[in-house]
This record gives sequence, structure tokens and C-alpha cells, in this order.
Amino acid sequence: MRIGVDVGGTNTDAVLMDGANVISSTKTPTTANVSEGIAKALSTVIADSGIEAAAIDGVMIGTTHFTNAVVERKHLTPTACIRLGLPATVCLPPMVDWPDDLRDMVGGNSHLAHGGHEFDGREISAYQPDEVREIARKIRDAGLSAIAISSVFSPVNSTFEEQSAEIVRELIPDANITLSSEIGRIGLLERENAAIMNSCLRQLAARTVDGFKAALDELQITAPFYISQNDGTLMNADFAKEYPVLTFASGPTNSMRGAAFLSGLRDAIVVDVGGTTTDIGVLQHGFPRVAALAVDIGGVRTNFRMPDTYSIGLGGGSLIESDPLKVGPRSVGYELTEKALVFGGDILTATDVIVAGGSEDIGDAGAVSHLDASLVAAVQARIMEMITIAVDRMKTSATPVPVIVVGGGSILVTGAIEGASEIIKPDHFPVANAIGAAIAQVGGECDRIFSLAELSRDEALDQAKSEASNRAVNAGANADSIEIVDVEEVPLAYLPGNATRIMVKAIGDLVEA
Amino acid sequence: MLRQVTLDDIRPIGIGAGILGTGGGGNPYLGGLHLASIIRERGPQAIIDPFDLADDALCCVVGSIGAPTVSIEKLPEGTEMCRALRLLEAHIGRRFDAVAIAEIGGANSMQPLIGGLQAGIPTVDSDSMGRAYPEIQMSTFLFDTSATAASLAMVDAADNAAVVPAAVSDVWAEKIARNIAVSMGARAGLAGTIMSGAQVKAAGVHYTLSLAHHLGAQVIEAQAQKSDVPVVVAEALDGQVIFRGKIADVERRTTKGFARGGVRIDSFSGGDRLAIEFQNEFLIAYLNGEVAATTPDLICIVTEEEGEPVTTEVLRYGTRVAVITVPAPPQLKSEAALEVVGPGAFGYDVEFRPLPGGVIGLRPQG
Repeated sequence: MRIGVDVGGTNTDAVLMDGANVISSTKTPTTANVSEGIAKALSTVIADSGIEAAAIDGVMIGTTHFTNAVVERKHLTPTACIRLGLPATVCLPPMVDWPDDLRDMVGGNSHLAHGGHEFDGREISAYQPDEVREIARKIRDAGLSAIAISSVFSPVNSTFEEQSAEIVRELIPDANITLSSEIGRIGLLERENAAIMNSCLRQLAARTVDGFKAALDELQITAPFYISQNDGTLMNADFAKEYPVLTFASGPTNSMRGAAFLSGLRDAIVVDVGGTTTDIGVLQHGFPRVAALAVDIGGVRTNFRMPDTYSIGLGGGSLIESDPLKVGPRSVGYELTEKALVFGGDILTATDVIVAGGSEDIGDAGAVSHLDASLVAAVQARIMEMITIAVDRMKTSATPVPVIVVGGGSILVTGAIEGASEIIKPDHFPVANAIGAAIAQVGGECDRIFSLAELSRDEALDQAKSEASNRAVNAGANADSIEIVDVEEVPLAYLPGNATRIMVKAIGDLVEA
Repeated sequence: MLRQVTLDDIRPIGIGAGILGTGGGGNPYLGGLHLASIIRERGPQAIIDPFDLADDALCCVVGSIGAPTVSIEKLPEGTEMCRALRLLEAHIGRRFDAVAIAEIGGANSMQPLIGGLQAGIPTVDSDSMGRAYPEIQMSTFLFDTSATAASLAMVDAADNAAVVPAAVSDVWAEKIARNIAVSMGARAGLAGTIMSGAQVKAAGVHYTLSLAHHLGAQVIEAQAQKSDVPVVVAEALDGQVIFRGKIADVERRTTKGFARGGVRIDSFSGGDRLAIEFQNEFLIAYLNGEVAATTPDLICIVTEEEGEPVTTEVLRYGTRVAVITVPAPPQLKSEAALEVVGPGAFGYDVEFRPLPGGVIGLRPQG
């Protein structure tokens, strides 16, 4: 049996699953110390199901905690950066495009050294160990131990990053080092940004993951636990301490993966209605479609593969104004259960209107019986219009597609969506994100430039696939279950030898405990 | 008309240049960051009206030559443009009075501003394409004139440097420069196409830096007002929004070192189809099987909502886009020009039928 947990900004959801069956589920408010909320959610689902803690094989946790830390500029460790590539890259030093407040907080301690590679594997300049040693001394003297190391074309050849890490460790034995080649792809600034953010989040990650562990220990759950990543796959807890940036978009990913699982559909539009916003995403082959362009995290450009989602200001807590008719974007948010009319409050929310319409029986229906029937109808029509437009925006063709509705605010969907072949509200829709965490697999990526003069295209693809598969296995996948889910080739203009950038993603089932 | 480029001008120029890149030309973002750091140090870059150039003023173009994908990884040292310019000056024994823009579309919009500022000479508000093209010979400075691409000078991030004193044709100059660029790591600074002020006036596509700036400013304004950005783009360029839809298919193939391929866009209503062939840039658009626009006329794709440029490298199934066609400036439509930048030059057996309008070419408004 597995437990999936989703730690959102407002709610912490948990679900206990036996294979494909949901045994029990719960929603509790997220606490300032996220471990407390998790402990409460876990103890509730376990108590409700009546099982023994020992029967749990794994706990999968999705969290937006690290994203929020960057966005809110909290709990960040000052971090130094060493970049190898001189004499190239000087004019755009590390953190050059960071917002000033964030760069000041992280320390802006950056250093350039010789090394780096050309696109074809030649060295830009000779690597100089003494130069790196001198830089490491300066970093040590500045009292820093969080360090990111980047090198030009390190996704093609990471030798210099690795050698530099060894040198740094000689001088700073407890150094917390992130190599850009471990987490990023082609695009030096974006990859380096991710590496720096990773090192500056590691202390928080260690504390947080240890807190998760403590919560599990307290409940006598001895099963391994995992954290979900951007792409809907899992990493084990130790790996998550090392690579917290890989959790940045796990929230929307988990809800879409959960929707796919609950509905049994692999290609569909997912509408996740929360308290304040509705996120619309696209499932392709059971996974979220990823965004094409660079993604900003707290004002910093990264090139992670993030789900392509579109958000509108509509949720269960959306405020309703009648003249002129307006639904959202303002919302009572997590205070819905105090402020909405049906819960004894004095604010008219979308939830109140749905209850008045008679399709749901939540709270005190008598508190909304006075609402004008024409207003109720108009609000319901407006809500469906907002959702219909947003769904159409995300559709890839005019052909009708199934729409899966999940999230706590799903009751808002009361009518038809034009362009939808069917509307599916699966069981357990309020906790789809926790289910997405519970059912996640593990994955690995390869993103490199291959020269098709030296290799045939098939050989290059095979090499890329086996690299991605190996990474998945290293992340905890069962080698026999590995599946290649995404292959993308971008031929590089102007380069001889048919240089081609190949990106491959492999996923597999988690090795059973 | 722009008289100088300040920090605030970089973002609009980048957006406008991205759209004028017609799918290629590389992303101006990194060049814009670099330019910002130099302007912070040295102040704004002076822009000169082409018609204020003395007839005997000495000019050349500077730009980055290489592969866009390398340019996001091997970032420049920073003085490549200025060093290439100085090397060319040393070769001919004369100093340049101003630097013209080779290619306003894409990343090379920023390089002549960077190079000019570092060398202490103004940048001319004229370019040689009014858009983006992949090769050196595709330049109005070279059509119907006596100017030649070589002599040219090239430098890389390190101390490697090369001068090509002469080439038998501009196509040969391109071939030689391309090989040098590859050996320099597919990223080099280049100065070449030496011209007099009179030649710049006669052959340049004028006020295109101002146009890029105006276009970008209009886009930023339209985004803030939530107005129909593709329509605003079309109006700023005297063009037309010819299609709106979702990308339904992207096909890529590599031949002769170019990113070639095709993209198919289905209209939102589902009935119509626009197919676009690209080779680094968008070159031919077919509406329901009929030719709707061809090079040298501009075919621009922008995101439907924000009006941000969509380049060939980020074409992706499902993206909602608007397609805008813009009549090319007249200098790209002469017989000599069409031999180099017409559909036939890119291997298409399609006749160039110019889009209506564009008699006065690209010009700034407001």
C-alpha cells in the first residue's frame, strides 16, 4: 500500500492506496511547519483505513515548499558560483539576470576560470587546477560552503566540473556542491541558475526532508519515502535533499497525473479547480504537455521542462458580484469554510451559488435559498463560459477531447463545455494531486548534442535512450519497466557533421521495497 | 526616430527584432543583457540617421556568425565585435566612422550597438535585410552595388583572429567565413562589407532599428492594454494577420547544415490550413495549398495571446499562434536581389509574387 501526499500552499492532502484502489483520503490545512500538516494528514488516512503502519510500502510526497522559498526569498543559503569557460562568457557573469534582491540574498559571489568545451568537444582553453584551487580558497575564506559549478557545454562533457568539485572538496571538505551538468540542459545561464538555486536550497531541503522523515517515524511508518519531481516522476528522499530544484513544478504535474490515473485516460484536457484559481493542462500519453519557452522561478530564468498550464482566477472561493456580473478573480481562498454563506459567513462565493442551484448539498443550503434564480443561472453560465474559453485555449485541435475535472472546486462545473467530447469527474477528484504523487514513477533525461557524422541517427538515439534509462535506474526505477516516453531532435543550424541536439526522457516503475 | 539607445530601449528593440527575425536570427535576450551592462558603464549608444552620414564616411557591418544553439551555451567574451572592427581597420589602414547593422532580425540587432559603443562610433539606423537571413551574401548592401562582403575580419572569444582580404564572390566569402566560424567554435564576431556613406544611403534598408524599437514598444503597450497584439504587430509593420490557429505538425530535417522543415497550422475553426516551409527562417507560406507569401516578403509567427515571436527552434505542437505577412522592402525585390533571396535561391520551384504594398518599405511610424 502507498500513501500519496500533496503539500500545497493552502491544503495538505493525503490518500492511501492499495494498488489502484483508494482506501481513504483527507484534506487538512497546510501548517507553517509543513511536517505537522503532513503528520496530521498521514495519521488521518491511516486511522480511517484501519490498517497497520507496517503495511505501508511507500510514501510519496509532492511539495511546493522549495518553489515558495525562492518566490518568497526565504531560507536561502548564500552560494558561490564557479564557472569554467574563460576567455568566453566574461560579459555575462553568473547571476547577471537575477533580480537584485535575490542576488543580494544569495551573495553574488561568483568566479570565472579557464576550461569549458566547444560544441564539438574541443577544450575552449586549458583547464587550470591551480586557478580553481585559488578560487576555492577565496570561497572558503568568505565563509561559504554552498557552491555551484558550471562549465561551457558540460551537458556534452562534464569532466571539468567534476575535477573542480574534487579540488573544492579538498579545501572545503563539507562543501555542498551542485554541478550544472547534473540538473540542466544546453543553455549556460539557465542551467547555471538552476545549479545555484539548487545549492542555495539544500540546507532547507535537508531540514524539510528530515522533518518529513521525523513525521513518518513518529507514526512508525518505516517504508521509504519519495518526493515528486517536475515531470511527474519520483526521486528518493536522499536524492531530493541533493536536488530540491527538481521539485519546482510538481504541484500541477501531480494533479494532472492523478487525473489521468483516476479517469483511465492518457490524452485529455485536465481542469483543476481549486479555491482561488483553476489550472488547465494537457495530458499527452498520460503525462503533462511541457512548456516550450524558458520558465521564470521567482524572477530567475530556468530551462526546466515544466508543464504547460494556463491559470484563470476562478475557484470555489471566488467572490460573486451581481451588478455587473463578476466571478473572481478575488477569492476568500482558504477561508471558504468560514466566510461563505453556506458555512455561516457573510460573503457570496461561487460555492454558495452552486449550492443554491441545487446540484450540490454542502453546508447550510438554507443560507442561500434567498438567492435569485436568475442570478444563480447567470453565474453558472459565466463559470462555464470561463472554463470553456480556457479549455479551448489549451486544445491542440478542433476535434472534441475528453475533459477531466479535478480539485476541491470541481463542483463549479455544472454544465457542458463546448469542444469537450465528455466531461469526467472521477471519484476522489478533490485529492487528485495526492493520488498523482502516490502513483508516480521514476524517470531520467538525456539532453546532448550528437554529431551524426560519427554516429548514425539510430546509434545516437540508442545512446541517448540508454543514457536516459540509466539515469532513471539511478533514480530508483526498475530496469525492466523502463519506457521511453519522449524523444525530441533539434538539428543545429550551420554546424557541419549534422550536429543534432537529442532530448530523451525515460520512465519506469519504482523498485518495490 | 531613435537618436540614441538607452537601457530602456533594449527591451523594445529585442522584442521587435525577435519578430523581424521571421523565425530565425537567434534570440536577442543575451545580447540585450550584454548591451545593458555596457550602457551602464559607458552611457547610451549614439544612433546616426543614414542621411546624416557624409558621402565619404567609412562604414562596415558587424555581427555574430555561428549557430544560434551554440550562442546560448558558449557566451561571448564580450569584445568580439570591437576587436573584429579594429582588426579590419588595421588591415585596410583606415578608421571606420560608423557601423551599420547587417541583420535587424534576431540576435544580430544588438551586436552593432555593442560594437559601436565599445569602438566609440555611432550605429547607423539602417540594416541590410529588414529581417533575418542565414548568409552573408543575402544583404542589400551587396545587391546592385560595388560593395563586397570581403575584406572581412573575424575573432573568437580567445585570441584567435582571421582576415579574409578577398573572395571571388560574396558567396565564396560566406563559405570561407562559415568555415572559420566553425573552427572558432561556431561562434565568432565578424566585421566586413566595407562601404562609403553614399553606398549605405543608396542600398540600406533604412530606419529599421527605429522600426524594431517602435514595434517592440507597441507590443509592450498592447500586452498591457490586453489588446489584440498580432493586429498591433501587423499594423506597425504595414502587414496583415493572415492566419490564426494551433500548430498541428512540425517536421524537421537537416540538410547541408541548415535547420529545414515545415510547420502546419490548423485554424481554430478547423477548416483552414496554413503550411510554412522554413530554412532557419520562415520562407514560404501555403494557405490551403495555395502560395500565400514567399521570401523575400516577411512571414512572422507570434504567439496568439502575447504576440511574442515564435522561432523555428521553439515550434511545438499545440502552440496557439498568429501568422503575419509583411511586404519586403523594395531593395530585396530587385532582380539581382531575388537571385539571392528569392524562393529559387532556397531551392523552391515557386515564383515570387510580391505582397501588395511595401513600396516605401519598412519605415518607422509615430
